Amino acid sequence: MKEDKHVITMLVDNEPGVLSRVVGLFSGRGFNIESLCVAETVTPGLSRITIVTKANPPVVEQIEKQLNKLINVVKVRDLTHQDSVMREMALICVKASPEHRAEILRIVDIFRCKVIDVGLEHYIIEVTGDEGKLTALLNLLRPMGIKKIARTGTIALIREPK
Amino acid sequence: MEMTGAQILMAVLKEEEVDTVFGFPGGAVIDIYDELVRTDIRHILVRHEQGAVHAADGYARASGKAGVCLVTSGPGATNTVTGIATAYMDSIPMVVITGQVPTHLIGNDAFQEVDIVGITRPCTKHNYLVKSVDDLARTMREAFYLARSGRPGPVLVDIPKDVANQSAKFKPQEDIKIKSYQPTYRPNMKQLKKIVGLVKKARRPLLFGGGGVILSGAAEAFTAFARKTHMPVTTTLMGLGAFPGSDPLWLGMIGMHGTYRANMSTGNCDLLIAIGVRFDDRVTGKIETFAGNAQIVHIDIDPTSIRKNVGVAIPVVGDCLQSLNELNRMITEDNQNAFEEDHREWLAQIEEWKKQHRMAYDQGTETIKPQFVIDKLFEITEGRAIITTEVGQNQMWAAQYYHFDGPRQFITSGGLGTMGFGLPAAIGAKAAQPDRIVVDVAGDGSIQMNIQEMATAMQSCLPVKVLILNNGYLGMVRQWQELFYEKRYACTTMDHQPDFVKLAEAFGAVGLRATRPEEVIPVLKEGLACEVPVIMDFVVEKEESVYPMVPAGANITEMLLV
Ligand SMILES: Cc1ncc(C[n+]2csc(CCOP(=O)(O)OP(=O)(O)O)c2C)c(N)n1
Ligand SMILES: [Mg+2]
Repeated sequence: MKEDKHVITMLVDNEPGVLSRVVGLFSGRGFNIESLCVAETVTPGLSRITIVTKANPPVVEQIEKQLNKLINVVKVRDLTHQDSVMREMALICVKASPEHRAEILRIVDIFRCKVIDVGLEHYIIEVTGDEGKLTALLNLLRPMGIKKIARTGTIALIREPK
Repeated sequence: MEMTGAQILMAVLKEEEVDTVFGFPGGAVIDIYDELVRTDIRHILVRHEQGAVHAADGYARASGKAGVCLVTSGPGATNTVTGIATAYMDSIPMVVITGQVPTHLIGNDAFQEVDIVGITRPCTKHNYLVKSVDDLARTMREAFYLARSGRPGPVLVDIPKDVANQSAKFKPQEDIKIKSYQPTYRPNMKQLKKIVGLVKKARRPLLFGGGGVILSGAAEAFTAFARKTHMPVTTTLMGLGAFPGSDPLWLGMIGMHGTYRANMSTGNCDLLIAIGVRFDDRVTGKIETFAGNAQIVHIDIDPTSIRKNVGVAIPVVGDCLQSLNELNRMITEDNQNAFEEDHREWLAQIEEWKKQHRMAYDQGTETIKPQFVIDKLFEITEGRAIITTEVGQNQMWAAQYYHFDGPRQFITSGGLGTMGFGLPAAIGAKAAQPDRIVVDVAGDGSIQMNIQEMATAMQSCLPVKVLILNNGYLGMVRQWQELFYEKRYACTTMDHQPDFVKLAEAFGAVGLRATRPEEVIPVLKEGLACEVPVIMDFVVEKEESVYPMVPAGANITEMLLV
């Protein structure tokens, strides 16, 4: 069966060990995690975890059900086929030799990202966007030499009715 | 009222109507023990913490109540893990209380510190570390609520020593509501109506029950449903006793060591009504062809059980008892007569299968056949004993040759298959049901895993009967080696065994032995009549195997027969 990418978002009790329960569920049952984000929400005591996973339909069904079964998980949603917004952020440290400096700045401009640190030999670029945008940007920067990268993984929210 | 943590703990145990605690003390729980002995709660002092958990488990399975155990931090806590995993796999309601080092030492590698909450996360329904005495009462109440409700399971509560010492205000009784935990008890009526529709159309239906039927107290409703619909019945190992073993509609157990007719019926039925089961691989054999000619209906309280292993035509999330009660209401009298006619051919076919391959053995005059021992045990106890088992061939023969007429009579580690389960579980069952005869059907290998609990049985005056089917082998593994590894008996021979009769006597119990067929009945009679714990050592045919057998991964209808 075909494995598709799914973005699963959940509200969980903000308690020690909860992340470990969620991650332990994925590793223990052989589910895949491509990325994972956790942070507090505006509701005291609740955090949001967003997980990107690759799985076929019966496995996704199990992932959702198993997550719901965890006592500390309050709500689970698979946003994949929902009207939602998804973003990822990355910090990219790219080699900036004199002959590439202008080219990099042009790319940064086109992609509407920001240079947040400048050195004699490098730029650090901050970029936010969906996965496609990040991949496209990385493909363009790779020839110049990417020294380091930190990515957040996807976060997502379902759109409210207009 | 101001009370210490230990006192609060006792108050909640009383609220929860706990009458028995199985445990073993240590530094981190001295304060709790100091309070425990001031209550009227019975404490059963085990000889190993694994024994405490299995005993609490046996108590829970025999009574339907939550089992409780209490152990110290560090090694006391780690010793409980096998027992917790055993209870988790079989969905047994249980609360395990572990001591922990004082809160200010947590994380310092303190003496006897272990992260038991971390260790048991994947094998508990839920677990807690209580960081403040103010949270203790609520946490304990939540633990009992979670252990018993929905799909039951073990819940662990880790209590640091200082939390047991500190004082807090105690508010008696509060309602527990957990917003993220709301098990679905009420089945969807539309789905149930569809099931009734299928039942009316089916010509070769099969009712298939599991441990969930027993756990939800639905054995009677399950039996009524089978009789109303005139439907043949099989159950998993965990479901034995959900339907009377003496009923003509009973086919025997399904699965790897199921009966020929139960497995053939599964392969040939046109409707499989699965209730409180989880389609374990030991039950289904090759999953792709399991019940390949049938529409499958699945009722279970745990949504994750549904469509985990097999696709189903009609899924129903709900309590087995409520669902069966509704189904029984929907089946009217005039349907009932039709069912008998509709299923006549099917039941005749099943009768044919029964004739082709009966469960049978040939006792002979020289060596004792293990099946014969169980057969006679069944006769002499008139089918009324509570049977616990160890794991291996002994377990399968007990399941095949003892016929259970009621629920909570057969107590076995089904999901995890834990050797060493039977004796402590028997002790727990006897504590719960003191008027019943409780027999641990054991193997010579398994019994040595928790044999120390004989001392517990002695000290607590719980006269359990241990019946060893002594074949000198880790028999079930030997059987696989015989069948699938060209008889290479790698490390399954028990060349050195204790003298089980003397061992019994060393514990102060009674030891009996039978080596010849004619000794079986006298030894059973004498052993069963004893008022103290007894070990009966039956020296049986060494290389007897359990049949039928579906080789792992084969189609369930492709059985090896004697
Ligand atoms: C704790 C544990 N270790 C290993 C096993 C694997 N195992 C399953 S059955 C069995 C043989 C048990 O031997 P015995 O108790 O003598 O029973 P028999 O099969 O001979 O009746 C073993 C080793 C197990 N189930 N549990
Ligand atoms: Mg043996």
